[in-house]
Amino acid sequence: MANGLKKLARSQLVVPLLALFLLIVFNLIRDVGFFSITLTTNNDGNTVLSGNIISILNGASELVILAIGMTLVTASSRGQDISVGAAAAIAGSIFVSVLRANQITIPIILVAFLASCIVAILFGVFNGTLVAAFKIQPMIATLILFSAGRSIAYWINGGATPTVSSPLLVNIGSFIPGIPIPTPIIIIIVCGVLIWLVLRFTNLGLYTQAVGINERSARLNGINAAWIKLLSFMILGICVAIAGCIKVCRIGLINHETLLLDVEMDAILAVAIGGNSLGGGKFSLIGSVIGAYIIQALTVTLYAMKVPSTAVKAYKAIVIIAIVILSSPIVKEYALQLRDQLIKKPTKITEN
Amino acid sequence: MTKNRGLIAGIPEKKRREPISNTSLLLRITICTFIGMYVLAMLVWGRGFLNPQQFLDLFNNNAFLIVIACGLTIVMMAGGIDISGGGITALVTMVCIVYLDDHGGSVPGSLCLALGIGIAFGLVQGILISYLDIQPFIVTLAGMFFAKGMITIVSAVPRTAAQETFLALKQFRFEIPGIGYYGKTGNFIPAKIELGVIVAIAIVLAIAVILKWTRFGRNLYAVGGNKQSALMLGINVKRTKFYSYLLAGLLSGIGGYVYLLHTGAGDAANATAAEIQAIASAIIGGTLLTGGVGSVIGTLFGVLILKTITSIVVTSGLREPYWQSITTGLMLCFFILLQSVVLALREKGGFKLQLPEWMKLKSKKSGTDITPGKDLT
Repeated sequence: MANGLKKLARSQLVVPLLALFLLIVFNLIRDVGFFSITLTTNNDGNTVLSGNIISILNGASELVILAIGMTLVTASSRGQDISVGAAAAIAGSIFVSVLRANQITIPIILVAFLASCIVAILFGVFNGTLVAAFKIQPMIATLILFSAGRSIAYWINGGATPTVSSPLLVNIGSFIPGIPIPTPIIIIIVCGVLIWLVLRFTNLGLYTQAVGINERSARLNGINAAWIKLLSFMILGICVAIAGCIKVCRIGLINHETLLLDVEMDAILAVAIGGNSLGGGKFSLIGSVIGAYIIQALTVTLYAMKVPSTAVKAYKAIVIIAIVILSSPIVKEYALQLRDQLIKKPTKITEN
Repeated sequence: MTKNRGLIAGIPEKKRREPISNTSLLLRITICTFIGMYVLAMLVWGRGFLNPQQFLDLFNNNAFLIVIACGLTIVMMAGGIDISGGGITALVTMVCIVYLDDHGGSVPGSLCLALGIGIAFGLVQGILISYLDIQPFIVTLAGMFFAKGMITIVSAVPRTAAQETFLALKQFRFEIPGIGYYGKTGNFIPAKIELGVIVAIAIVLAIAVILKWTRFGRNLYAVGGNKQSALMLGINVKRTKFYSYLLAGLLSGIGGYVYLLHTGAGDAANATAAEIQAIASAIIGGTLLTGGVGSVIGTLFGVLILKTITSIVVTSGLREPYWQSITTGLMLCFFILLQSVVLALREKGGFKLQLPEWMKLKSKKSGTDITPGKDLT
């Protein structure tokens, strides 16, 4: 029992779970009805679920999918991709430009999504090649696309903010008639299961960790380290395309300046809050997903407390610092030592 | 340790010439690129580029960026990263203006406030990163968020300075004797620089001296090059890292004041993306994010290159805003690849293309001495 507790206390998930729990308790104390879920009828006449929990789960969708991709990149390449927001703007622009060139039907949406996926993967290959072949730090390598990406999106859109409107897109962005759960949540669940299956039935997860922990010994064991790194950037590319397309469906237009602005920072934060080391190696996708939901829950809570939207960042920063201090290894060790001392003291006294 | 191979390698007695270190090699590449670029711009586009005032305006407009980038260079050389510079700059401008206008503050008081904010950020971030071992990216990201959030808490609307002493200071210009240009009416207009430029240049020189000739500066290179061997040499790694963040925070505070001296306005949109531009300048200037290599002189030229590219793009008629960021991206790509290739060539004992004689000799000599040290990293 004590051993199990110790294991739990050392687990990287304990601090994020505790933070999420505290956020929930805080909200319950502030407003008992905060987490009530109700069935309402929306403008289109569908019966849908609504409530703060649903809006947190729904709103975090893009962040969750990006955090999953970012975790893999972080684990394999020991660095972060800071160009995901810019790449998502490009993917979204491709998505919109294909849709606008054709009559919007389900096959066309699929084609548009595939096109944006391919473009996003190509940019992933660009970043991945710089990182894997030229041995450039990921953050520096992706700085190139970070500074040029939104301009490329601007160029694709011809300087405008084109809109797309179709009931099919609204279905993807909000609700499918007859299903009360928001579609982005369903997409995230499907993606999550797919990625879990891939990691469960292939060596990808193991190899990624091996490359992140020690690239040299991974290579000596016959793992193609450069390919694993490239692959992680390509997977992030797919995640970027999914996130970009969901966001476009949600708002019905593409604005190269504001689409998923600063999302790279939030995605990296989600990875770190989930207890993953930003220095690569071992990773936990569940941790990153919880991290993403913590960030979204925090944002929703602050908005519910009527904090002005521009000042939200300051409060967010304080909570983030508190979480990372708690999950820092040194503080954890100190806490464990303190606990051991407190438990051992009575026994020592009786011995003497 | 391979990075410092040039410094350690045994040199035959006949040839006293020291092999060039990575830091100075990258610095020379940067300086040559800048001079080449500017001369090319003068020859091709003439007019504006021949005007000394336009050259000095590069400094006038970007003095704050030079100051922030210097702080970032120090942090990057020690193997860390600091992305809170832009946020602190904007916060300092807003706080100082509110203090000057609403609370009847004096100019020295506002200067102390700016330094205090910078030091406070540097102190907290430094303690969290070096003593609690938290990832620098996350801590400074939170610092940036905090600074940007605080701006709107201090004042929700953009402000402009109105205090007279401050405005007098802001209007102050140094005339450089002997350099100038002829206006349209034919009269000679001397070239001018702002107060902030002098501050920025002084800071660049001071930090260059610190890095070259003080114990702290040499410790920074050692810690960034290889943390473990620095520790074994008896260097206090944690304290060195702490001081690097403290100094970066202080310089961000000074950068904020320099920005205020240039624009005289407090706004949440001030210095947007300055941290990214500062990182880009440091990289172009030859600082490696892995640490151990870099110089502030290079960073100064990095800023100049970054801004010259922008003005070349505008002058050559590509006025669409996206060309600037695309060329910035291409420029970065070029420099990053160049550095990667140059360093990879040197690591393998190559680089025979340009300096065949003594480079070959060095690589043979040092090949056996240094390679085992590679395993430490």
